[in-house]
Amino acid sequence: MTLTRTRETTATHRAVVSPYWTFRRRDNLVGYLFIAPQLVGSVLFVLLPLGLVLWYSLHEWNVLAGTFQFTGGDNYTKLLNDPKLGEVLGGTAMFSVGLVVLNLSLALVLAILLNQRLRGTTFFRTLFFSPVVVSLVAWTIVWRFLLQADGGVNGLLGAVGVDGPNWLRGETTAMVSVVVVQVLKNVGLNMVLFLAALQGVPSQLHEAARVDGAGVWTRFVRITVPLISPTILLTSIITVVGSLQVFAQIAVLTQGGPGLSTTVLIYYLYQQAFQFHHFGYGATLSALLFAIVAALTFAQWRMRRKWVFHES
Amino acid sequence: MSPKLKITLYGLLCVLCVPFVFPTWWMVTSSFKPDSEIFAFPPALLPSSWDTSAYRQVFELQPFTTQYFNSLYIALLVTAGTMAVSAMAGYAFARIRFPGQNVLFVVVLIGLLIPSEVTIVPLFQMFHGLGLTDTHWPLILVPILGAPSVMATFIMRQFFISLPRELEEAARVDGLGRFGTFSKVALPLARPALGAVAIFTFLHSWNLYLEPIVFLSTPEKFTLPQALTQFVDAYGGPMWNIQLAAASLTALPILVVFVLAQRQFIEGLAHTGLKG
Repeated sequence: MTLTRTRETTATHRAVVSPYWTFRRRDNLVGYLFIAPQLVGSVLFVLLPLGLVLWYSLHEWNVLAGTFQFTGGDNYTKLLNDPKLGEVLGGTAMFSVGLVVLNLSLALVLAILLNQRLRGTTFFRTLFFSPVVVSLVAWTIVWRFLLQADGGVNGLLGAVGVDGPNWLRGETTAMVSVVVVQVLKNVGLNMVLFLAALQGVPSQLHEAARVDGAGVWTRFVRITVPLISPTILLTSIITVVGSLQVFAQIAVLTQGGPGLSTTVLIYYLYQQAFQFHHFGYGATLSALLFAIVAALTFAQWRMRRKWVFHES
Repeated sequence: MSPKLKITLYGLLCVLCVPFVFPTWWMVTSSFKPDSEIFAFPPALLPSSWDTSAYRQVFELQPFTTQYFNSLYIALLVTAGTMAVSAMAGYAFARIRFPGQNVLFVVVLIGLLIPSEVTIVPLFQMFHGLGLTDTHWPLILVPILGAPSVMATFIMRQFFISLPRELEEAARVDGLGRFGTFSKVALPLARPALGAVAIFTFLHSWNLYLEPIVFLSTPEKFTLPQALTQFVDAYGGPMWNIQLAAASLTALPILVVFVLAQRQFIEGLAHTGLKG
């Protein structure tokens, strides 16, 4: 005891043995404390629920009847034999593909238009962007109103002599409607990202290519597209994943109808779990949704190597 | 640029902006139209007489003031919370080296793959078990700590990585600790990224629809998106002018703020971590 104390004293005197709370240790502690809320949150509200989704999916669970029974892969067998699932997945695919293609191409067209040397582009940029800040359900309600048989859209069409359909009652027109309404709501975001990317394309490259005799289209395909490809990748990932989360628009515009034509996977999941109270099967559909999101994200990251020109 | 091309481009821009602007115009003007005029043909761009009865009914049929307050306070709380959580986590992942950092970062990033819609069933069960359904807790806690904040943490990390280290090193030579360096040097520099995170988070919370309809059942606790769809007649058909009046009240304040601050708004979004 005495010996240690002596040693300690001498050590302090000589200042050779460093204290326990070294700079490095304190820094580590700060690091852990800083990430703690996000880490705890991720475990509690992301990983634990994901585990529970998989666990629930192995059970027959009807909330109303109060049954919770382990049934192994029964829900997955049910999934494979679900007569509605094919139509739901087909509708989901049609919705997502339509949304992504229309959103990205319109965003690019708008960004190119706004990137011209014209007066007043800031004004138009504000107009195109404005739906992004309009409350989602408010936007959808207005469109539901506009798309009624005697609503504003058909009123405008009638003014130019076109007899418009009852948009939300036909299978194809309902699908077109939900896609277009969603694209108009959010295309401003991708437009702004594309615009920033276009402004980063050095004009000397275009000048040089023009001197070499390249036309507008060749310059666009050979210079602009490769240089903005990282932004195209980023926006396509965000838009694809976002398209699988579109719920409010469907719930307000069509309730998944007519028939199953606009019942996308997330809406089907909601119906099964919270309207028909099949929590176990709802969890199985969640697992499917997760698998689709993960697979698509992974595929897009892989594609990055093939066609994205350079990376930051 | 030739004048002919200029006119074509302006014409194109004007035609293209119709579907972006017309709905908002229609929403506001129709909310002032009397019932008889709302589906009139040909559609009138302005009401023949300005009728404000729909606005009165918005507040009579639903506890709309309370619902407005709910949405506002939840969105503000979620925004402030997400900014704090994501700034700290983003900074630590970008700047501090600690054991296990990469593994923990991957654990957090998994949240990007799992939209909160995927986990809505177990989240409901968890909050139900805690007796917190029909309260605002799930609408506040899950966005601040769960999947929605992961994107914010990612944006903040990318931004802090892009900042030059020298400023922080200088601050540390001057004797500021790690926390001082973060709060006095790094955080003020991160204002553009924080602005983008704030805008995104606010809009996300303001627009939330699935979560409120799953978690809430008392009208006094409803948030705006949920309240808007409640203005229906005895047969479940929408009462259009009242819905549109409520929708206008929901949309216009944010639209006005946006128009006033549109430059910072748009450029903030375009030039921060979102660029990749």
